[in-house]
Amino acid sequence: MDNHMFAATELNQKNQRTEKLVRLLFILMAGLLILPVLIILFTLVYKGSSILSIDFLFTNPTNGMTEGGIFPALLGTIWLVVVALIVSVPLGIAAAIYLSEYAPDNWGTRLINLAIINLAGVPSIVHALFGLGAFVVFFNFGTSILAASLTLAIMTLPVVIVATRESLQAVPHAFREACWNMGATRWQTIRRVVLPNAVSGILTGVILEVSRSAGETAPIMFTGAVFFSPFLPQGVMDQTMAMSLHLFVVSTQVPNVPENLPYGVALVLIGMVLIMNSISIAFRMHLRGKKKW
Amino acid sequence: MNITTQEKPAELAICARQLNLWYGTFQALFEVDLDIRKGMITSLIGPSGCGKSTFLRSINRINERLGYVRINGRVELFDQDIYAPEVELVQLRKQVGMVFQRPNPLPTSIRENILFGHKLHNKRSSRAEQDEIVESALQQVLLWEKVKDRLHHKATTLSLEEQQKLCIARLLPVKPRILLMDEPCSALDPKGTEAVEELIWELRGRYSILVVTHNMAQARRASEECIFMLMGKVVEHTPTHQMFVTPAQQETADYIEGRYG
Repeated sequence: MDNHMFAATELNQKNQRTEKLVRLLFILMAGLLILPVLIILFTLVYKGSSILSIDFLFTNPTNGMTEGGIFPALLGTIWLVVVALIVSVPLGIAAAIYLSEYAPDNWGTRLINLAIINLAGVPSIVHALFGLGAFVVFFNFGTSILAASLTLAIMTLPVVIVATRESLQAVPHAFREACWNMGATRWQTIRRVVLPNAVSGILTGVILEVSRSAGETAPIMFTGAVFFSPFLPQGVMDQTMAMSLHLFVVSTQVPNVPENLPYGVALVLIGMVLIMNSISIAFRMHLRGKKKW
Repeated sequence: MNITTQEKPAELAICARQLNLWYGTFQALFEVDLDIRKGMITSLIGPSGCGKSTFLRSINRINERLGYVRINGRVELFDQDIYAPEVELVQLRKQVGMVFQRPNPLPTSIRENILFGHKLHNKRSSRAEQDEIVESALQQVLLWEKVKDRLHHKATTLSLEEQQKLCIARLLPVKPRILLMDEPCSALDPKGTEAVEELIWELRGRYSILVVTHNMAQARRASEECIFMLMGKVVEHTPTHQMFVTPAQQETADYIEGRYG
């Protein structure tokens, strides 16, 4: 069969070898991405799971934070995230609706878009200092959950805006045309047709925001989170402990911490975020299953 | 007696006078004068870009959403100037329904699609009232028998032909007087086209219907009067049978014989 009409030439064979090599390289690179995730999770579980217990979750730290649980930090993080969401979700969705549904294409709109992109690019430590200047000092909220959550809200606003705007724009234009031509106003169109079909995308933005707010340390360090507090926060004007800062503290600032404590804190933090994410993902899939076009 | 009724000018649904329209600096309509009679099916034909869709869209003023549209001239619907300052666009669009090239049912149930317009314009209505509205609208578009047992199914599960009928039915509960159709059959297969054409024919008399079409055979089959446009101008407006048998203008003859377009 040497002289088969369609047999591979030497050049063909060389190209095929390169093809295989390149493909292998790409697979390897993509595979490498999983590695850090697996290593992190494995290490955390391996080194931290021994400390996990109901008591660990629901008691105060004791003995200079080398023993006891993490309850104030856990509760504090929930406070911070919830208050940040209360501020940024309505604000972000409203801004995104304006940008997607109302805004004319002019320099003003482009300026707003530019601001959003820039806001997303500001390092978190700069947000922290801004929050300190604006909320703690200027508005005189003091170091408090309110000041810290507002800082987190501003930091995560671009995420909510961008995700919402994209999901609004993913709703087919034909739906809007149909509504306008039946005499619906813009708001009626948005409320009855556009928003209900964009919920799942908006939720994605909110999920991302939750994960980010729960994990950020810098923005809350100067604005509302404290090293140690024996008291649970009673309201938004109180200071609070937080998981991310607590992890930093027990890992680097406190002597004689048993090895499994910081790993345990990290494991709980990751677990919190994962649980919140999976709830919203499940909810999103439920919504997606219902829509079809 | 017979002679006097014929001489009396027919009642007009749409009357355009000296209508000019620009998209930015591009002029899409030139001095359009048209009298479109009430209760009739009028088809608008012409090559792509001749301004037929633009004219259609200036009748429910949906063009204006594009900020760069400029219009002068007059358009009257039932003797009312629709570019008068006191015109409320919601009222205008309620009375001038529009059907698109691609069926665009909303991603809800069949029932909700029919009730959408009704709910926009009416505060509250009882369940019985709503049932009646849904049935009557679907009856009018000859869809009731087919879907009456699955009103709660997604509208998007219907065939394209049924979707297009639904899109027509959806307009009816708000009692429009004019129906604008922008190539209503071009997304459908021949069987669907035939069914929708039959429906349009069925609706004649109750509504004044203006259909833009690329399909010469369709204009011929399913309209009573026909308008031929070219380069933003009206070339000819005559009863359909006359246009296709004895066109008055050379351009019309060339177009309907397929020499261009």
